[in-house]
Amino acid sequence: MTAKTLSKENFKKFAENLVKSERTIGVKAKETKYEFGNINNADEIVMDYDVTLRSPRTFFQPPKEKLFDFKLGANTEIKPNIEADPFVLLGIHSYDLKALNQMDIIWDENNADQHYKARRNAATVIALEPTQASEWSFWGSMDSSTVDKGYDLLLTDIGNKYYVEVGTEKGANLLSKYASAEDATNDDNTARDKVRSELPNLCKADRKVKCDTDGITASMKNSYNNAIWEKLAEKCYSCGSCNLVCPTCYCFDVKDTIELDLATGQRTRKWDGCLLEPFAKVAGDENFRENRADRFRHRILRKTVYVADKLNGELACVGCGRCSSTCLPDITDPVKILNELCS
Amino acid sequence: MATAMNDKSLYAPVIATIEEAKMLTTTEKYFKLKLNNGNELGHKPGQFVEVSVLGIGEAPISISSSPTQKGYFELVVRNAGNVTGALHKLEAGSTVGIRGPFGTNFPYEETKGRDILFVAGGLGLAPARSFINYVLDNRGDYKDVTILFGAKSPTERFFTDELKKISEMKDVNLLETVDNGDASWTGNTGVITTLFSKINPNPNTTSCVVVGPPIMYKFVIAEAKKKDITDDNIIVSLERNMKCGVGKCGHCQINNLYCCQDGPVFTLAEVGQIPEAF
Ligand SMILES: Cc1cc2nc3c(=O)[nH]c(=O)nc-3n(C[C@H](O)[C@H](O)[C@H](O)COP(=O)(O)OP(=O)(O)OC[C@H]3O[C@@H](n4cnc5c(N)ncnc54)[C@H](O)[C@@H]3O)c2cc1C
Ligand code: SF4
Ligand code: SF4
Ligand code: FES
Repeated sequence: MTAKTLSKENFKKFAENLVKSERTIGVKAKETKYEFGNINNADEIVMDYDVTLRSPRTFFQPPKEKLFDFKLGANTEIKPNIEADPFVLLGIHSYDLKALNQMDIIWDENNADQHYKARRNAATVIALEPTQASEWSFWGSMDSSTVDKGYDLLLTDIGNKYYVEVGTEKGANLLSKYASAEDATNDDNTARDKVRSELPNLCKADRKVKCDTDGITASMKNSYNNAIWEKLAEKCYSCGSCNLVCPTCYCFDVKDTIELDLATGQRTRKWDGCLLEPFAKVAGDENFRENRADRFRHRILRKTVYVADKLNGELACVGCGRCSSTCLPDITDPVKILNELCS
Repeated sequence: MATAMNDKSLYAPVIATIEEAKMLTTTEKYFKLKLNNGNELGHKPGQFVEVSVLGIGEAPISISSSPTQKGYFELVVRNAGNVTGALHKLEAGSTVGIRGPFGTNFPYEETKGRDILFVAGGLGLAPARSFINYVLDNRGDYKDVTILFGAKSPTERFFTDELKKISEMKDVNLLETVDNGDASWTGNTGVITTLFSKINPNPNTTSCVVVGPPIMYKFVIAEAKKKDITDDNIIVSLERNMKCGVGKCGHCQINNLYCCQDGPVFTLAEVGQIPEAF
């Protein structure tokens, strides 16, 4: 589609208009870190953040989500809860967008999940190419610096202005409604190409996965019985934090609640994590992944083998570095694991 | 395709009414159900449904009846926790939620013209029965039929009337055993693998269907292999924790396989080399 530019000044006006008229979710400072949240004032928006604490998946798969209401009685009623409140997601980095594109496939394949789809369709995604990397980021090694689909608008900071790639009709409409953008010139195109080519270098030199991404799945398949899993998992708390922060973790648990009238209630799903001890437990005291090491390995193999299989081989670790930074015993950093197993 | 499904949400069940409920043992209860919308469940032998007791939760339960029986379907539920415990409190006239049928089925088409050896341990008889009864209702389509059934004790046997009928059939070989007998028991005692010394399946024409508790598989598979039955003719049904039945929640994974979608019925050729399978 077309390419435009927005001066930083015009971007500010665009953001102000957006916030006034649309439910806008963007990145805000949270103490010394950053977090996605509702934006009520355009001044809150941070565009030069490194990474957010939690991934934007919460806006598509909330941590706790009502699936349906029910009413018991002679005529039991079940009322599915599909939420489709329109919103603009502003400033999601390329690696998180890559994860979102993967989740679109996962939730849609075989049995399409109507709850996810409704939220996804209600979103207008304004993606942003990173201008900074966190000390843990390694998206530069994971083919996640730039992404070519899934956005309605894609912003690249090219100095005194944003290069705006228009991905969809929805994005074009939003832009023309709230901003005065200019057509991108050849110079703008060149400037954007240059910024893009240097993006991977924003990640620190010691945050490089040394092997070729194409070979990772095969190497990981061969590492099933490697001693590394036992060795690292010895220190694992089974806290599940690595699951909670990951943009490509999507497993869930399902629970019913019933009101005090004993006649109405709801079924909800909540985020779950494969590192948690009861995850694969069944009745009769059987636990199919009883050992910490089995659960630890399972998560890494999901990212590199199992979920990758569902994505035509694309790795389901996008290199955001969130799990690396959140893991207290510092055992789950994919960079270290991949560099040890995939040399 | 799932017939018992709400078209607005993958996770919302449709309502079914219990037509008949009775205890089979002290821990197993039998249910005969009918979908309130009048539709046939339309399952294949070996598939399962997600059963809801609204307000308590949902559990995957194998369909125990053969699709040759029209107008209803049957389940056997062991009281093992919250949902199954709540199901045990329900009687005829009560309603439950149903989603499904889900999962892969026993190869009832592919095995036509072959000998079938069923090996069912304990509650495994419930899912196996969907295929056993299918075979009995289409007896001419299959050659030799052998059923090995093992229970922990005589009081844990169920569908005893049906077992008695089958034992009287001339064209079915039913062999039973219990781990621990009692005064009333005159049959075999010993674990289910001891029955293998009494049979002589033809490895070229036999399909072996194995359903039972997780611990049973290793031993029974070893016996089947000793009889030279090949991996693609050994069929198993595996249990896992399941929270959705539709390939999304991640709980049922067996390495790269999703037990709710790729299974629960697998051939040994498919899962024999999968480290988390047994
Ligand atoms: C394909 C398939 C077919 C099945 N067919 C049948 C059948 O025909 N008949 C039958 O009776 N059963 C069948 N089962 C087993 C049945 O689904 C379980 O017994 C049932 O889900 C238990 O649920 P519950 O709510 O009653 O127990 P829960 O209250 O959930 O759990 C009971 C016990 O199991 C353990 N446990 C299970 N899940 C968890 C968890 N998520 N977290 C922590 N602990 C847990 C705990 O130790 C707990 O005490 C089948 C299972 C599968 C996968
Ligand atoms: S964050 Fe670290 S300690 Fe916690 S479950 Fe994950 S690997 Fe284990
Ligand atoms: S595995 Fe870790 S680094 Fe990779 S996408 Fe998930 S949280 Fe980010
Ligand atoms: S039961 Fe949820 S993925 Fe299989």
